[in-house]
This record gives sequence, structure tokens and C-alpha cells, in this order.
Amino acid sequence: MKVRRAAAETPAVRWTLTAIGVGFLIFFLGLPLIAVFVEAFRSGWAPYWEALQEKDTLHAVGLTVLVAVVVLPFNIAFGVAAAWAIAKFEFWGKSLLTTLIDLPFAVSPVVAGLLFILIFGANGWMGPLLQSHDIKIIFALPGMIIATLFITFPYIARELIPLMQAQGREEEEAAVSLGATGFQMFWRVTLPNIKWGLLYGVILANARAMGEFGAVSVVSGHIRGETNTLPLHVEILYNEYNSVGAFAAASVLALLALVTLIAKTIVEWRMAKETEMLNAALPTEKTAS
Amino acid sequence: MNRSLLSAVLLAAGLSLAPVAQAQTSLLNVSYDVARDVFKDYNPKFVAAYKARTGETVEVKQSHAGSTKQVRAVADGLEADVVTMNQATDIMFLAEKGLVAADWTKKFPNDAAPYTSTMVFIVRKGNPKAIKDWNDLIKSGTSIIIPHPKNTGNGRWTYLAAWGNALKQPGGNDKSAAAYLSAFFKNTPLFAPGGRDATTTFIQRGQGDVLVTFESEAELIAREFGRGGFEVVYPPQSILTELPVAIVDKVVDKRGTRKQAQAYLEYLWSKDGQTNAAENYLRPRDAEVFKKYADRFPAVKTFTVDETFGGWAKATEAHFKDGGSFDQIYQVK
Amino acid sequence: MKSNRPHRVLPGFNLSLGYALVYLSLLVLIPLGGLIAKSAELSLAEFWTLATSQRSMASYRITFGTSLLAASINAVFGLIVAWVLVRYEFPGRRFFDALVDLPFALPTAVAGITLTTLYANTGWLGQYIEGQWGFKIAFTPWGIVVALTFVTMPFVVRTVQPVIEDIEAEVEEAAATLGATRWQTFWRVLLPGVFPALLTGFALAFSRAIGEFGSVIFIAGNIPLVSEITPLLIIAKLEQYDLIGATVLAVVMLVISFVLLLSINLLQWWAANRHRSEARELDPGSTGNPANTQGAAA
Repeated sequence: MKVRRAAAETPAVRWTLTAIGVGFLIFFLGLPLIAVFVEAFRSGWAPYWEALQEKDTLHAVGLTVLVAVVVLPFNIAFGVAAAWAIAKFEFWGKSLLTTLIDLPFAVSPVVAGLLFILIFGANGWMGPLLQSHDIKIIFALPGMIIATLFITFPYIARELIPLMQAQGREEEEAAVSLGATGFQMFWRVTLPNIKWGLLYGVILANARAMGEFGAVSVVSGHIRGETNTLPLHVEILYNEYNSVGAFAAASVLALLALVTLIAKTIVEWRMAKETEMLNAALPTEKTAS
Repeated sequence: MNRSLLSAVLLAAGLSLAPVAQAQTSLLNVSYDVARDVFKDYNPKFVAAYKARTGETVEVKQSHAGSTKQVRAVADGLEADVVTMNQATDIMFLAEKGLVAADWTKKFPNDAAPYTSTMVFIVRKGNPKAIKDWNDLIKSGTSIIIPHPKNTGNGRWTYLAAWGNALKQPGGNDKSAAAYLSAFFKNTPLFAPGGRDATTTFIQRGQGDVLVTFESEAELIAREFGRGGFEVVYPPQSILTELPVAIVDKVVDKRGTRKQAQAYLEYLWSKDGQTNAAENYLRPRDAEVFKKYADRFPAVKTFTVDETFGGWAKATEAHFKDGGSFDQIYQVK
Repeated sequence: MKSNRPHRVLPGFNLSLGYALVYLSLLVLIPLGGLIAKSAELSLAEFWTLATSQRSMASYRITFGTSLLAASINAVFGLIVAWVLVRYEFPGRRFFDALVDLPFALPTAVAGITLTTLYANTGWLGQYIEGQWGFKIAFTPWGIVVALTFVTMPFVVRTVQPVIEDIEAEVEEAAATLGATRWQTFWRVLLPGVFPALLTGFALAFSRAIGEFGSVIFIAGNIPLVSEITPLLIIAKLEQYDLIGATVLAVVMLVISFVLLLSINLLQWWAANRHRSEARELDPGSTGNPANTQGAAA
């Protein structure tokens, strides 16, 4: 897949590094993952399968996916816009803006939920107004979407900013000076360059959106079969002494994380194909990726 | 990314959300964490009985999470028709906010607590540390697992049980009770974040020698983890944990569900309701039902929060507020 | 505000910045402003007393200390993991690559419960660590570090990974041709290029760790002054219906995080600019890879 590099590490270094990296991953990620599945299958296949087919669990899966699907486009648009402004232009207050984008990371999820209660709750600023019009935001779907937007807000932007900085602006400048419109430049130059970063960002934001517990827990109201997302449902099952159900639901979320594997493989495969086609079309020109 | 995948996902999400949009009278019962089993059994019984009596079909929805967190949600606009909690402070907060009638304890019998429980000890099989009474807990080398005394309802009950017992010893006073708890906390290696996690820590992770928890929890623990590994020890004296219920007036008036909500809570005191509580190892108020299930509920001398601490408001103020007795124990001199 | 440097040939500055600012204000600034306004209901003296109580101070120390440690662990190992995942082929590489996102998808409570089970003195790992070396992890501050390392692991790996993927082979080859050892190439050429992303990842991991609650409370033990994190104190306040007290602690955390993040971002900025200008000085033609530009623009 990768071009063999002229300047590469010696095999000894390579093996050591691989061992350290993989060891770290196994120790910190692999074992917990195995533990989740061990717990989920503690009573065998049948209870696991049964737990997953419970009506409330299925509903929670649907709601979790729905929230993520609504949240992602907003944060993709924001992430690309913010990264474009920050990475390609110099302006006053840039570090401040970057820091403000980071801020939701540092806000404890519990506090994040609280923020929106302060605004939309019955005793919040907008509470009386919302109640007089009988609009439900908190303890209903909109509140959960807003809380998830807040929690996943920085991911895509933060993924793209260092990448676009490292790439500089020469390529886009060249495209524009060659007469490309803004849209063409973005579509043909910027997007292909940032696709990896964007993909990582989307995967992370998606994982986080689906796995978020603290903030959503504050604004959801926990109504069974109605406003319970999968992470909330996991907690409820656990508190109901239903270990198998809880870890079965958790294993679904863990599997969602592994969806990355499929997404990345597909993208890689397509890119390889594109490159091939490009190579065939332009035999003399050296291709980018 | 992939359009057909996206639409499939949306479709799946839409399908699974669809059944929610049914229009019929529904009640939302906002409750604490481990009450699910009680109401999972109770709700169908009530729905059937109510239908038989009035011909009306009611749907009951459940919401469960930490008691105080749930009550805060109700105060912030979660539209609960009824609240069924594990301590009176939580409903008092709603009364303060004007959502529940100020005299809510008078609206139903028994101070609006249809069933009770008590705090018991769970020890390892054979009771190797010979734990029989509260004083055995503070012996050196005994390790106690409890949930966080300030952050969980379960933990607060434990704290008050320990304090009340010390108070009721011959010559007991606030000072001796504080000394007892100080010794008690020397033996707690950790505070679990919730009642359920305290159980897991004790049973599955094998931490500690004794777990202090609700009597009703012991049965749930036996169902999940098997009966072989532990024993339940009843201390001679413990606290009577009253589990109160109330109608959220503001919500039922707005939604026009007062009649149904009233019937829902009243039914808790019926023979059916009381039997259901007993089946779930909660001590029923009804003497007849209690007698029938007497073998489940060994005799314990109990004291209440009202008589020992002058009510929950005072107990909270003295022990759990910032700077209260719990905080004083954890002050560096 | 507006700089009129010649490179402003690129379009979309006003649009992108404007959109970003509006979105940022609506979703982040206004709510956080509301939080600060809420805490302003107290006098400064009252605020100070609440914010600097013994319990609060101890919890800041624990929260920020363990977060710093976890972020540092992730900076070192995350860089290695990212490098290994991008540069080397080995069996299961794709699987491990996917595994990196696990901490985000797994609800934090599940992570906490699972890690506690692993690291308690009866767990798979804990029984050896405690049995062999007498070192307690679960229910001590070390447990907090473990949980935070787990929860924030994806940040460093995923910010560094695209940058490593983007490094042009020519740069390393050039360095090698000029007689640099592999170590020199890494230290002088590769690391400065990766450094801004590494700092970003560190900052993100650090800030996420500060706010983390769900996974930590299970493994921490939650003993006041010893293993009690600030978010837990916030919950304690809320459990007493003390909304103001909770907002005070939230505001303190927010201000400290903001200052730390701002410093890291300024440092990162400085590092990025230095690296860029150095690269330009060394070889004006090598940056930007003209072949690439033409290929894409054509």
C-alpha cells in the first residue's frame, strides 16, 4: 500500500515500536473490549440475543442513530468552515477562537447538560416562553440533539485545523490563480486533501455522539422507550441488575466503533481505485496520493 | 457518506420511533433507579384494574434514574404525573417549587409512603468477620462498602441508619454518634457512585467484608448473583426507610390526568398493590398482606427519620449540607 | 482586524469565519455566558469562599494532576501508536486502527465499570499488579489516571495520524540523502512537522480529561480529599439542590481550562509558524509540492 521509503527505520526499531504501540493498545483498549464481550456473553448466546431484541433496547438504538444522523451534518459544516478560516488566513484573535472551539471538551458533560437546563428548563431564561407555547425542548428529542451538538462540537474542526495548517495554502492559491472558482477549488483541491482528516473527524464525532452519556442523561428525562438513548439504556439495565442486557447493549456500541474498520477500508479501496484510473489516464504525470 | 445506507438508517430510526405517536391517556411515573421491578409488575395490574373499573385504557410510562436527579428534572420541566421516590427530601423539593401540594404527606395514608424497607448488612458466606450489629462494623480490619453518603439516596439512608443507631445506644448523643461515624468511615475504603455499583463492588469484585444496603436489594442481588455467596444479617436495630409517592399537581392539572394519577397511586395501597410490593421484598403497610409474607421480613426494631432526626429537612441540614456532619468528618484538622 | 497581506487571494474568509462565529456563539458562548451569569448572582467574596474551600482545592489538584498525567501518557504512546499504524504493516493493523475509536463509542459508564473490574485486586490485571508489586490501582488516584488515559486515547492518535499520513516521502529521502541519520531525521524533520498536531492532541486529551465524570467515578473510590474529582463535587452540590454552588465550581473549571488551552494553543501556533518559516528558509521549493498542485488543479 505504502511506497517503500528510502529512509526507513531499522527492523529492530520498527519491531520495538510496533510492540510498544500494539502492547499499549491491547493493554488499554483490547482488554476492556474483551471484558465487555465476556460480560455480555456470560450467560451464553441466547440471553445475549434476547437482550438485544428487547423493545426498549431497539428503540434506544434507533434514537441513538437518529441523534447522530441529525448532529453530524451541522458539525461537519461548522468544522470545515472554522478550519478553513483558521488554517488558511491570518487574523487577530485566531488562537482565542481556536481555544473557544476547544472549550466544550473541557466542560464536564454534566455541566454541559446543566447549561441547557439553565436556558430551556422550566425555571430557565426561555422556559416560560417555551411553556406558554407548549414547545418541548428539554426532556425531549430537541434537547438531546442540542446537548449532543455541544459535546461533539469541536471534533471535526479540531481534526481539520492542524491538518490544513500543515498543508499550507499554496495549492489552493495555485488553483485560484489558475482561474478556479471557490467551489471548484474547494471540491477539487481542498476536499481531496483533507478527506482523511475529515473522515477521522466524522468517525470520532459520530462515535462520541453515539456514546455520549453525561450531558444527554441530564436533558433526556429517561423515559423508557421514548427518550432513552443506548448509553442511557445501558445504565438503566445495569442499575436494574440486568448485567447481560447492559453489556449486550454496550457491545453494540463497541461494535459501532469497529464500523470505522469498514468505513476506512471502503474509502481506502476506492481511493486506490481512483489512483489507478488516474494513473492510466495520465501516464506521464506523477499522481498525488 | 453513502446515500442508500443513510436512508436505510433513517428508515430504521423512523420505524422504531413510530409507535410512540399514539394518542391515549398516558401517565408518566418518574421514579428512582431500582424501582423498575416493582412498577414493571405493578403497571399492568393497575392498567387492568382501572380498565375493569372505568372502561378506560391508560398507558403508564416509566422513567428511572437517581432519585434527586429525577426530581430536579421534574422541577425543570419533565412532565411527570406522579413521582415515586426513595426519600421524602426529593418530594419536599417539588413542594417547595410549588409543583406538589405542600401537604402532600396528608394526601395518602402512612405519610404517603405505601411500603417501606430497612437497611441490612450483607456479608460473605459464613459471616467470617462475625458481623451482627452496627458496632461490629467499626472494629479494625473490617472493611465496609457503601454508596456515596452525600450523593446517593441509598448512601444517605445508610448514614442516617448508622447515626440513629449510635444515638439510640445507652448514653448516646450527637457527639458519640459523630465519633461512631468517624470510626465507620475509617473502615470504608471507597464510596461507590451508586447503590448498584456498591453491590457490584462487593459481590463481583470481592471488595470489603460487609455491604450495607436496602433489605429489598438483597433479594435482587440473590437473583442476579445467586444465593450461595453471601448472607443477609439483620442488625437488632435499623432505620425504617419510607418510600414516598406524590401527585405532581401542576402537571396533572395541565394535562387533565388528575383522576388517573390519583387512581394510580391509590391502587398502591390496595391488596393487589401491597401484595406486589411484598413480592418485590418491600415491606407492605397492610397488616394482612404483611402477615402472609412475614417469613420474608424478619423482625427488626426500626426508627424513623421523623422521630429520630425531626424530619428530612433537619436531617439534611445537619448532616448532608456543605459543612454538615459528613463534611466535618472529612475535614483535615 | 482584517489583514491585507498578499495571500488573501483565497476566497471564503468572511463566509467561513462568519458562519463559524455565529454557530460558536449560539451553541457554546451564549450557554457558557449564561453559566457565568448564573454564578454572578453571588458576591465575589461568597464565590471565592466556595471556590477555594478545602474540598474544592483538593479536587482541583486531583482533577488537573491526573488529567495532566493521562494526557502525557497519551502524548508519548499515542505518537508511537499513530506512527506504527500509518507506517508499518503487521497482522491486525486495521483491527487495531479501528480499536482506537472504542473509548468514544463506549459509554463512559461502561468504560468505568469494565476498567474497575479489570483493575480491582480481584480483576484480570489488578490481581497481578497488586499481588506481584503491591500496587493498588482501582479505588486510588491511579485508577483515575487509568480511566482518563482510556477515555482520551483517541485524541492524540487521531490528530497525529493524518499529519503523518501527509508527510511527503521526499522530505525524509532528502534528509537521508543529505546524510542525516534516521534519528536526526525524526528529531529535526519529522517531529517538528508533527509537533503542532501532537500538541493539539495533548490539549484535547487534557481538556477532555478534566471534564470526564462517568468513567472516573467507578474506579476512583471517591474519598473526599483523596480521590474526589471536581465534577463529582459538582454532582454533590446538585444533589443538595445547590445550583449556584455547582455553577461556581463549573466556572472555576472553565476558567482554568480556558487559560491552559489558550496557552497551549499559543504555543502550538508559535511552533507551527516556526516550523513553516524554517522549512521555507531551508528550501523554498519543497513546501507545497508543486507537482501535487498541478495534478489536482488540472
